[in-house]
Amino acid sequence: MIEGFVALYIFMLAAFTGYEVISRVPVILHTPLMSGSNFVHGIVLVGAMVAFGQADPDSTMQTIIGFLGVALAAGNVVGGYVVTERMLEMFKSSKGQK
Amino acid sequence: MNTIIQIAYFAAAVLFILGLKRMSSPVTARDGIVWAGGGMAVAIVITYLWPNMHNYLLMTLAIALGGIAAWVSGKRVAMTDMPQMIALYNGMGGGAAAAIGAVELSKASTEHGVVALFLAVLGGLIGAVSFTGSLVAFAKLQDLTKRGALFPKAMQKQIMTGGLVAFAVLALVMVFIHPYGPVVFLFFVLALGFGVIMTMPIGGADMPVVISLYNALTGLAVGLEGFVLDNAAMIIAGTVVGSAGTLLTQLMAKAMNRSLANVLFAGVGTSDARIDQQTVEGSMKAIEGSDAAIMMAFAERVIIIPGYGMAVAQAQHKIWELTELLEERGVMVKFAIHPVAGRMPGHMNVLLAEAGVPYDKIYDLEDVNAEFPKTDVALIIGANDVVNPDARTNKSSPIYGMPILDADKAKNVIVIKRGKGTGFSGVENTLFYADNARLLYGDGQKMASELIQGVKRL
Repeated sequence: MIEGFVALYIFMLAAFTGYEVISRVPVILHTPLMSGSNFVHGIVLVGAMVAFGQADPDSTMQTIIGFLGVALAAGNVVGGYVVTERMLEMFKSSKGQK
Repeated sequence: MNTIIQIAYFAAAVLFILGLKRMSSPVTARDGIVWAGGGMAVAIVITYLWPNMHNYLLMTLAIALGGIAAWVSGKRVAMTDMPQMIALYNGMGGGAAAAIGAVELSKASTEHGVVALFLAVLGGLIGAVSFTGSLVAFAKLQDLTKRGALFPKAMQKQIMTGGLVAFAVLALVMVFIHPYGPVVFLFFVLALGFGVIMTMPIGGADMPVVISLYNALTGLAVGLEGFVLDNAAMIIAGTVVGSAGTLLTQLMAKAMNRSLANVLFAGVGTSDARIDQQTVEGSMKAIEGSDAAIMMAFAERVIIIPGYGMAVAQAQHKIWELTELLEERGVMVKFAIHPVAGRMPGHMNVLLAEAGVPYDKIYDLEDVNAEFPKTDVALIIGANDVVNPDARTNKSSPIYGMPILDADKAKNVIVIKRGKGTGFSGVENTLFYADNARLLYGDGQKMASELIQGVKRL
């Protein structure tokens, strides 16, 4: 169990990290980066799996919603990756420079 | 077993942050996504070892279904349609966060404390709003719906306030009384509806900001649900995306000289905010493709300003071909990109990159604006509001104060444009009436081909 204040510290540090990581990004990478961060929050799949895996087997509603959650999250992960990768593949410098 | 899972999640979180860091520089961007992808793969596989789980078969089936559908659509979609796909996948993530919230809340056992329940409600609400909001953004960009606000402006405000009050009441009920099914169900139906109502009035031009906002919100929702499930990887990844996305959203809103609240609630350019058509002095002067080609071929410096029209016409390849031809003749060609050109920040960069334009030929607004007075020809293809000099001079204009590309200061301006209509904001562009401006009417790709032919003939 992650205790209250520890959780709050994690939250704060993670928030600053996100801010720092992105603060010097050139405009040209905004769309790929948005797409990349879209992929990263696909980690929700892990949570969806746990929620579904521990759902009450007698509750049809929990089973249906849990299933949908996992399917949606998987779409987020795979779609986010494919789109970001396709975008980044196109970035190259002109010859001789960099 | 638990330790192995924790180690894997820790590694995943580190890889996500390093991956995002690498993605923020053009040189390393390509491995960035691979790093993040590695972290994701580790986290997903290891989650199968989580204790006390069942439903393994259905779980794998769900992953396969969602994954394959996204794989196929993601591989097939054209580069120009990327923004709406990001909106779609982002919406799916929000939906998943909402689903976690719904499942955890309807368990309604005493396994979660008050704080955890409250976070589950909040994360679920944000996730659900982000889900339907993103779907509406997707539908708007895909031209599936043109509709503006569902309700008149005054009512919209009341509905949104009423919605927030209802959410607060239902949230308290769920946290402290934790009833089963129906209340949870009602809460999520309301939240899903709220996302639709909130997004409908927002015009297409503001969609980049909105998609970015929902991206940040989904991240936040994921982080909140991570607290509920005691999942450190979710907390860290979700929060990092939440704060990075918020910053990105602010950068974009700032580039449009609008506050975020203004984007969300003003509804400029939609049904109830028709702008008075002002009259503009002068007239639009047309030019033939061959004449425009001569003008560019004998210029010393040319700056090309692409906009959404280039994306629609898929003209980026032709434009690059034209650029190469001009460079062979010794013309200096640069690309100038406004931060909000297109439907997403960097949308134009992606399209130009697809066509093979090296990114060091592409300049931001601040870097290029000083060069326009020295420029012989500014070629504007499918851009409108981002070059409207009214933003500098006309205080009554709705876009007054927005930073623009000073294309009007170039010696000659050639505008490739499909018709005489106005831009997204519905504002007349005085640049098109200026003495140094010539309009080349037609589809972007066709006109670019004409310019290429024209240059080749010389």
